[in-house]
Amino acid sequence: MKAYLDNGATTMVDPDVVEVMMPYFSIKYGNAGSLHGLGKDAGDAVRKARATIAEAINADPDEIIFTSGGTESDNIALKEAAFANQGKGNHIITTKIEHPAVLETCRFLETMGFSVTYLDVDKEGFVDVEAFRRALRPETILASVMHANNEIGTIEPISEIGSICREKGIIFHTDAVQSFTKVPIDTKAMNIDLMSLSAHKIHGPKGTGALFVRKGTKLGTLMHGGGQEKRLRSGTENVPGIVGFAKAVEIAAKSHEHIARMTGLRDRLGSGLLAIPGSSLNGAEPESGKRLCNNINVSFKYVEGEAMLVHLDLAGVAVSTGSACSQKSLKPSHVLLAIGMARKDSHGTLRLTLSRFTTEEEVDYTVEALKGIVEKLREMSPLNKETIKGYDDIDLKKRGR
Amino acid sequence: MDYTQKVIDAFKSPKNMGEISDADAVGKVGNPVCGDLMWLYLKIRRNRDGRDYIYDVKAKTFGCVAAIATSSVMTELIKGKTIDEAEKIKKDDIIKVLGGLPEQKVHCSLLAIEALEDAIRKWKLENKKNIELNKKNKRAN
Repeated sequence: MKAYLDNGATTMVDPDVVEVMMPYFSIKYGNAGSLHGLGKDAGDAVRKARATIAEAINADPDEIIFTSGGTESDNIALKEAAFANQGKGNHIITTKIEHPAVLETCRFLETMGFSVTYLDVDKEGFVDVEAFRRALRPETILASVMHANNEIGTIEPISEIGSICREKGIIFHTDAVQSFTKVPIDTKAMNIDLMSLSAHKIHGPKGTGALFVRKGTKLGTLMHGGGQEKRLRSGTENVPGIVGFAKAVEIAAKSHEHIARMTGLRDRLGSGLLAIPGSSLNGAEPESGKRLCNNINVSFKYVEGEAMLVHLDLAGVAVSTGSACSQKSLKPSHVLLAIGMARKDSHGTLRLTLSRFTTEEEVDYTVEALKGIVEKLREMSPLNKETIKGYDDIDLKKRGR
Repeated sequence: MDYTQKVIDAFKSPKNMGEISDADAVGKVGNPVCGDLMWLYLKIRRNRDGRDYIYDVKAKTFGCVAAIATSSVMTELIKGKTIDEAEKIKKDDIIKVLGGLPEQKVHCSLLAIEALEDAIRKWKLENKKNIELNKKNKRAN
């Protein structure tokens, strides 16, 4: 038995998506910018794809810029909005739980003379709209708040933040990589100016994404060259990727049934895991309706995440962890720290993310496997039933190494 | 993480895990904040040459794959060794048995070495006390 519960990292490309992409590699391989028939075929395909994606977010087709993915979209959005509008001010507002593509770009902008406010979140990961309002300054030009968090699945109040930004004339960017096709997005109703999207999180191909740019949003150019994508992002269009991206959106938009199914499986997984002693859920309560339909993030006391992950992998189950020991930096997840988790508890955290292909069997198998693994690891851990009491009093002195 | 098959094997079925209720020394090192913790139990006896050796060893480890694998290998390396020999074991000896560790995981192997050092230090301290106690008792007699 195998179970893939790491769809927050990437998803299987839908076979129907692969099928529509194939002709654009070796049959309809033209450059979308060429004037001949092959080029026209490619150009038409890109145009059609743009319209499909625009429709899914209530935008106009010429507000969609194709990119290489979420990271590039975040980079273009933040850097180019910041540089193009620095005449108006130098202040940017974001949150402590953004994806590194946003956080690291903000840190870079700080070195370029911008001032960035990183908003706190509460213990469920929500940004406080009033705190956002208080962070505003006369020189605020840009705000970036993610739609849904990639680690804990919390869905942020971006409509409220969008309307504040609109009222104050601030450019509002949201990273919707995790939420796209899972939570309804209406760029007009939500007052979004810039939005990052990615194909490979929704059963499309890797290396393809998009940036929504509301008409009239002042942006500079990151990639100079042949002037593709309204001169914002030069480079020959990745036609197979774009076609696949649109097909993935089309399939997801066609049926809302899969969201209800995923929600049901998520809750089945959540209650199964939370029945394991010493476990707790991180992020928004599932009943709140403010948690991604495919995300469960659970901490298990007295066991370490990487050890659980590798045992699960050996059992055929793929998940991810927020444990410091799994990171090259050996730092715990910034999201877990931002929701106020103690470092010693952050080590035993797993993220399990479903897709519309996830089955009940996969969920049940994972719960059973993890039960045994947690038990086994706790058995060999000095932090067992008898010593748990001492856990909270353990000397917090760092070992000198 | 790029672990060797030997690391995965040692992690999957670690040797000498558990406790010794009447251990002669227990080494306790690590910190849950760093994400690893190890308790090492030693049973020490004297061999025919009059040397103290590790007759039995058990360990309890909380930590990542590397921490558990290195704990297991360390217990195997010291079992049956004299205290003098066990003291000479370094982290590189453990890493060698495992066929290497990812660079950022090398420090994890220190956990096992520190547990061993702590246990031996405690045993020596206890031993010294006992010797002095014996001397005192002899004098008193």
